[in-house]
Amino acid sequence: MTGRNLNFKHRVAVVGAGLTLFRSRMLETPQELAWLAAKQALDEAGLTLKDIDCVVIGSAPDAFDGVHMKGEYLADGAGGVKKPTVRVFVGGATGVFVPIAAWWHVASGLCKKVLAVAEEKMSHAAKPHTQYVFRYIWDPIVEKPLNPNLIWIFAMEMHRYMHKCGVKKEDIALVSVKNKRNACGHPSAQLCMPNVTVDDVLKSEVLVWPVQLLDISPTSDGAAAVVLASEEEARRITDTPVWVKGIGWTLDTTHWTNRDLAYPEYVRRAAEMAYRMAGIDNPRKQIDVAEPYDPFDYKELHHMEGLGLAKKCEAPVLTREGVTQRDGDLPINPSGGLLGVGNPIAAAGLMKVAEIFWQIRGEAGARQVKKPVYTGLAQAWGDLMQAGTVIVMGI
Amino acid sequence: MTGKPLNPRGTKYDKWTFPVFEMGVVGRARYEYTTGQALGRFLAGLKEGKILGTVCDKCGRVFVPPRMYCSYCFREVDRWIEVKDEGVVVTAVMSYIAADRSRLKEPVAVGVVKLDVPGYKFDDHFFPGLMHYLCGFSEDDVKSMRAFGARVKARWKPPEKRTGSITDIECFEAVRP
Ligand SMILES: [Zn+2]
Repeated sequence: MTGRNLNFKHRVAVVGAGLTLFRSRMLETPQELAWLAAKQALDEAGLTLKDIDCVVIGSAPDAFDGVHMKGEYLADGAGGVKKPTVRVFVGGATGVFVPIAAWWHVASGLCKKVLAVAEEKMSHAAKPHTQYVFRYIWDPIVEKPLNPNLIWIFAMEMHRYMHKCGVKKEDIALVSVKNKRNACGHPSAQLCMPNVTVDDVLKSEVLVWPVQLLDISPTSDGAAAVVLASEEEARRITDTPVWVKGIGWTLDTTHWTNRDLAYPEYVRRAAEMAYRMAGIDNPRKQIDVAEPYDPFDYKELHHMEGLGLAKKCEAPVLTREGVTQRDGDLPINPSGGLLGVGNPIAAAGLMKVAEIFWQIRGEAGARQVKKPVYTGLAQAWGDLMQAGTVIVMGI
Repeated sequence: MTGKPLNPRGTKYDKWTFPVFEMGVVGRARYEYTTGQALGRFLAGLKEGKILGTVCDKCGRVFVPPRMYCSYCFREVDRWIEVKDEGVVVTAVMSYIAADRSRLKEPVAVGVVKLDVPGYKFDDHFFPGLMHYLCGFSEDDVKSMRAFGARVKARWKPPEKRTGSITDIECFEAVRP
């Protein structure tokens, strides 16, 4: 099968998904969390570890869990022992990169059934604060001596976007309100806030203007897992496989002070790659539900525009009109997203892929969107506004 | 859903006697970063009160912070150029927290400055730019976005206090007409 510059042998389907609770502090070790999610995904697919040919693990910086070589460390709980196992890592974009890497294992014909597991335990990096770990993301020569906090760059990106598009804080806060309310339907959710209002967001602690406490997702622990299989295997495993229709990923430069922050070019390019493969030329019409990456509320808007689900500067308008609500014409983050369900980095991205899987199967329970779902999309982003990862799934 | 949350404050969970095990950083790890060919010369320039960049003549890009290669044409840059120590603010924020998330006594303004280079014009998509502290801007200047597009000029430390660091520039200061 060939998309313009993409070649692959086998169609690939998702046949099972698993998730742990997302919380700011979990009793389980990272290995135990990985095991809980992996076991649930296998159970849901009706498989055991013996059926799995290869394992893909995703986890963001080692510094959070406080264990170096986290892939090797997690392999035990992720089912990777004595199997071809690899860890992938593109910062916050890792969670969606995990099924992308699992996809190429299967699409190439190398493996038939792949277990893909993502885990993060931010609470281990407790002192002085989890945010301090992000210090090592900055350029050591020209940025770190200024003693930055990671939220600086997101505040700079958010403010630049607000400036260029004329967006008000009130409009951006609507995203946080929607997602924290949506999360009340999610059994893993850390921040279900059924009565939260725009006013609450605007009155929350100011961290780095324009970013306030309720504009940001929490720090979390958790794990997620999915099982991917070749067409032949998938049809044997289930009557309702969810096909991976397109994948895309891009990395931009770390030199973020040289480019405009108002528009996420790295997401646009990743989306174009995935759309080309999936045969999508009008995402606004052809995508029924989407889970764009929302560690900050403005990021949902930003990413909707990068994904072509809204025109430039149009996402706040769609949000205000209710289009992105769970019962709207284009439901965005019906899971509750990172803002509501929580943000164990790599696991949060894979949670979005699991959500699209369940939405397409009609198994999302209280979170099931009103409109019929044929095609869905999950996206994550990472590093210094650099990495974009996109997956399109469908029946 | 599976998993057992600890008490949010991390105190003991009923059945488990030792839910958390604390350990500091091993030893006193410190990094000594290489400044490299491009940034090494850039830092030497700062010590002399100059902001240096590099130029790729093939695509016309001016790199600040400088690189020894053009990652777009994938070739060595052609030359060094001294850029102006002034420019315009392209984004600005007001930080109320320190690197470790503690509250600052006084908020600080931070932003990205697009630097002037005589003979060159830059659009929004690629430009020589540095992140730095902004001074001379009130909280309201930042919050109202009046700081966007404002002209700023580097406020240098006195020569004897410069060490060859990005902090040889104290901040980029608002130029009042
Ligand atoms: Zn060039």
